[in-house]
Amino acid sequence: MLVSLRWLRDYVNIDLDPHDLAEKLTMAGLEVDEIKEVRPEFSGVVTAKILGLKPHPDADKLSLCEVTDGKEVFPVVCGARNMRVGDVVALAKVGASLPGGYTIKSSKIRGELSEGMLCSEEELGIGPDATGVMILPPELPLGEDLTKALDLADLVLDIAVTPNRSDCLSIIGVAREVAAITGKKLCYPDIKVEETGEDIREVTSVDILDPELCPRYAARVVKDVRIGPSPWWMRQRLEAVGLRPISNVVDVTNFVMMEFGQPLHAFDFNFLEEGRIVVRGAEEGEVFVSLDGKERVLKRGTLMICDGVKPVAIAGIMGGLNSEIQDDTETVLLESAYFNPTSIRRSARLLGMSTDAAFRFERMIDPEGVLRALDRAAQLVSLTAGGRICKGFIDNYPRKLPVVKDIPLRVSRVKTVLGAAVPGREIGKILKNLEMTVTKDGKDFLVTPPTFRVDVSREIDLIEEVARIRGYDGIPESVPPAGPRKDLKDRKKVLGEKVIAFMNGYGYSEVINYSFTTPTSADILGLRGDDGGWGFVRIKNPLTEDQSVMRVTLVYGLLETMKKNINNGSFDLKLFEKGKVFIPKAGDVELPRESERLGALLTGSRYDQLWHSKGVQVDFYDVKGCLENLLAMLRIENVRFAPSADVEFLHPGRACRVLIDGKEAGIVGEVHPDVLERMDMKRRAMVFEVDLDLLADRFTEGVVFKEIKKFPAVYRDVAFLVGADMEAEKLMDLAKAGEEELLEKIEVFDVYRGEKVPKDMKSIALRFTYRSDERTLTDEEVARVHGGIVQRILSATGARVRGE
Amino acid sequence: MRDELEKLRRQALAELDGAARSEDLHAVRTKYLGRKGLLTAFLRRLGEIKDEERPALGKLTNDIKQELSARVDEALRRLSAEGRHEALLAEKIDVTLPGRGLKYGRLHPVTQTSREICDIFMALGFTTAEGPEVELDYYNFEALNIPKDHPARDMQDTLYVSDNVLLRTHTSPVQVRVMEKTPPPVRIISPGKVYRRDSDVSHTPMFHQVEGLLVDRGVSLGDLKGVLTYFVHQMFGPQTALRFRPSFFPFTEPSAEVDIQCVMCGGTGCRVCGQSGWLEILGSGMVDPAVFNAVGYDQEEYTGFAFGLGVERIAMLKYGISDIRLFYENDQRFLEQF
Repeated sequence: MLVSLRWLRDYVNIDLDPHDLAEKLTMAGLEVDEIKEVRPEFSGVVTAKILGLKPHPDADKLSLCEVTDGKEVFPVVCGARNMRVGDVVALAKVGASLPGGYTIKSSKIRGELSEGMLCSEEELGIGPDATGVMILPPELPLGEDLTKALDLADLVLDIAVTPNRSDCLSIIGVAREVAAITGKKLCYPDIKVEETGEDIREVTSVDILDPELCPRYAARVVKDVRIGPSPWWMRQRLEAVGLRPISNVVDVTNFVMMEFGQPLHAFDFNFLEEGRIVVRGAEEGEVFVSLDGKERVLKRGTLMICDGVKPVAIAGIMGGLNSEIQDDTETVLLESAYFNPTSIRRSARLLGMSTDAAFRFERMIDPEGVLRALDRAAQLVSLTAGGRICKGFIDNYPRKLPVVKDIPLRVSRVKTVLGAAVPGREIGKILKNLEMTVTKDGKDFLVTPPTFRVDVSREIDLIEEVARIRGYDGIPESVPPAGPRKDLKDRKKVLGEKVIAFMNGYGYSEVINYSFTTPTSADILGLRGDDGGWGFVRIKNPLTEDQSVMRVTLVYGLLETMKKNINNGSFDLKLFEKGKVFIPKAGDVELPRESERLGALLTGSRYDQLWHSKGVQVDFYDVKGCLENLLAMLRIENVRFAPSADVEFLHPGRACRVLIDGKEAGIVGEVHPDVLERMDMKRRAMVFEVDLDLLADRFTEGVVFKEIKKFPAVYRDVAFLVGADMEAEKLMDLAKAGEEELLEKIEVFDVYRGEKVPKDMKSIALRFTYRSDERTLTDEEVARVHGGIVQRILSATGARVRGE
Repeated sequence: MRDELEKLRRQALAELDGAARSEDLHAVRTKYLGRKGLLTAFLRRLGEIKDEERPALGKLTNDIKQELSARVDEALRRLSAEGRHEALLAEKIDVTLPGRGLKYGRLHPVTQTSREICDIFMALGFTTAEGPEVELDYYNFEALNIPKDHPARDMQDTLYVSDNVLLRTHTSPVQVRVMEKTPPPVRIISPGKVYRRDSDVSHTPMFHQVEGLLVDRGVSLGDLKGVLTYFVHQMFGPQTALRFRPSFFPFTEPSAEVDIQCVMCGGTGCRVCGQSGWLEILGSGMVDPAVFNAVGYDQEEYTGFAFGLGVERIAMLKYGISDIRLFYENDQRFLEQF
């Protein structure tokens, strides 16, 4: 909301510096975003008097003027004819600049010296009149800068009015605040309507067919108006607040809207068929051309202002082209109404139209201010466009709007909420300054807010007003005693912190991707939904298509991050993300299932590309090792990595599902080359994704210390020669199958394929560790147990012991 | 005999001094102290000596043996230490080459900032609480006193999943969910992702908030000021000036925006603060009775305050980042700086 300081001063005396005023308004809840200076685009133009005037000897249409700025006399050749000797005019002196970058120079025009230019309003860019030079009030001192002489510069405050304060969407509304804050008196304009025309009831009528949406509609008619430009003072004010002057009648409606906050509309009465107004809902699909020349297809329910036959305005939003004020309009019907805020808001949204009028109606205007604004408009129309105001007005008010009365306000409650005692006297004064009616009720008050304060209906609303006007600065700070925290043992929170610390320590950096993604991510990842399509949680009104569905995996975002980084020349990446994925829920449940995941991506070199580790690329076992360690750190037991060829976006021969107690907890593997190809990437990438909600249930925090083993271990290494596709885990499982007490640990210490073993075979070397808690083992004891285990493996797998 | 012995000693010491290498030293040792050594031979001859002279001469011979042996050992030790040093110098490497090691992982600046914010409030006993990101209209708006078709909805451009389901525009619905389940007193903060239909240099469609709520008997606007002043002073330093400015949020009344003195210019006015000298960093207010009504709290008995702040905004101020979109590019060259 732009507020011209000049305009504001029409209603309240301001002796503060504009910056101090802005500060005070800001600290009372009317945040001033900016103070702008508005001044005309010319310089070097001064007031001057015409001393002499004679025709140009060599040109019929030009005159030679002698002009003085009070000190010197200048010869000026001028093409206008409206000036006389003795007139005070606007002289652009040599060196002056005019709008459009035009600079005045000394020149000879048809042989006559001209040192300057006499300007019209239009040439100065301060008005539409281009018919002649601007004749200024004769009392102006000569030689004065025109901007100063005519007081053309203005300061405009840009105020961010919060949605609750519709009363401040007007200059008077802001002036009222200024008055309340500074303790000045607010001066309303003097409204007098001289009714010289016939009785309005003989001229027109208003029928409201939908009183829910139009609780009140008032109208006046002014006959025999002359359409023309508005007076300078009105144009100046409108322009300062960003409204383009159009014509006197239209400008009046805008002026009064800005002045009182009541949107108005003026119809050319002669275009209203049957000379009457009917307020009704639109028909579905009805087509209407609004003032801006655009064709609007209406929906049922949009409230329309119609004449006896057709729509002439979209109620509260915009007038129609068919009844617009024209240059030759003679009779004007002025509308001042109250429309249902919700209805206006819905219609404006449906039509995609946001207008100054709709903005005010949807925030609720003062239902009792309708007539005052109507009278003010009639007064100003007759002032600026002449004409005769018809006697009386129409005020159809079928639904009287509820009025808030006598809100109880307890002085003690003010103290409870604010934490500072405010004396009753001060409370009363603050509220009275805001035009509230305050009656004493014992120690407390009964308060009736003015009807324009649509935001005030409860005690708390009044307490806010007291706090706001007094200023929050005066409220002493206090810190309530700290309470006990309850989340120290929250498993999800504890897990989240452990996981992040672990990943950081493991060298992975955190990324945060958007939770929404492109629906094509499903195709790129090759995801197969149950019904052939992929079910995403979809956003109805996304900003862009590639942010239109909620992600179902972190992997796609990680891959996109990889791609962006590769394009930026970063090839070695160790990334993780902790965040939610969104699984659509079938059935009656309204919300999708949100699953907290940890995802990681690894690509490029294992180490820095430095002198000591050249080009070792990461592989599956790097990312698997990270995940194994993570699960070990969390002391999650019974973990199994099950080879899986069917994770859509993973390499079928290099992927596992992660099972915890047999339950799927995530995946780990190399990204399918097809996926990378579809994303235009040639490099390999390893990923894992695990379900943190599941880990939160399983991880163990407690540690039970075990005595450090006293007796030495005995190691036995065996290399098994097995088929090339034998999985190491099978050997390990067989080794453990007998649950031999002395077998402490088995490790794979070598895997070999190559010349030294037969084709289609490989060697898997296991190290067996044997130990007893009670004694040092003898070779015979170990040999007995070890021999049994090896035999079990050999007979179950058909393997051979290498070297035997 | 005695003179002979003394001569032998001098001769041995002179030879020791002349021995430069360990072989020479060993040779000296063998020559005098070996089984066939000169001193050993001398000892054997003691039998030929008169009884009364024998003990003294025996002692003297032994003393000389010991002295010589100690001198040889010492010389050998010295020689060996010098040799070790030489040998180690031959193993010299270029210690100016960079070390071998894994890079440490970085924490996203938004996570770091969010933690820092939460830690401050946790020190005051606030407990963290979380809720769904895809949320019901009811929790995101209606229970927070923002009915459908209310202009206050313009304050937050919303991404909808259906008429009743949306991406939460703030973490305030967590407040409602917590209050529905927990009787007062309540003292929570809820950090998390929020979503708005907005995208430019200072807005991303997803960002992070930390919201707080404190409800108890007798909680006042003064308490709100105290807690948030504590926060600002912890976060930005104890000298940071701040101001509480009346504002409007549908779910709080009275409401206050909190501005801090611009951290870039110190309040003199710059591009970052739009020449005002102040930066808006927090929205807050006393919980509106309508919200208590929606969750069934007694609005006479209890009062409370709520606040919310944008994590990215704080992170931008903290690190001097001017384009919010950088947080979600996840460019390694960006991430590596934190």
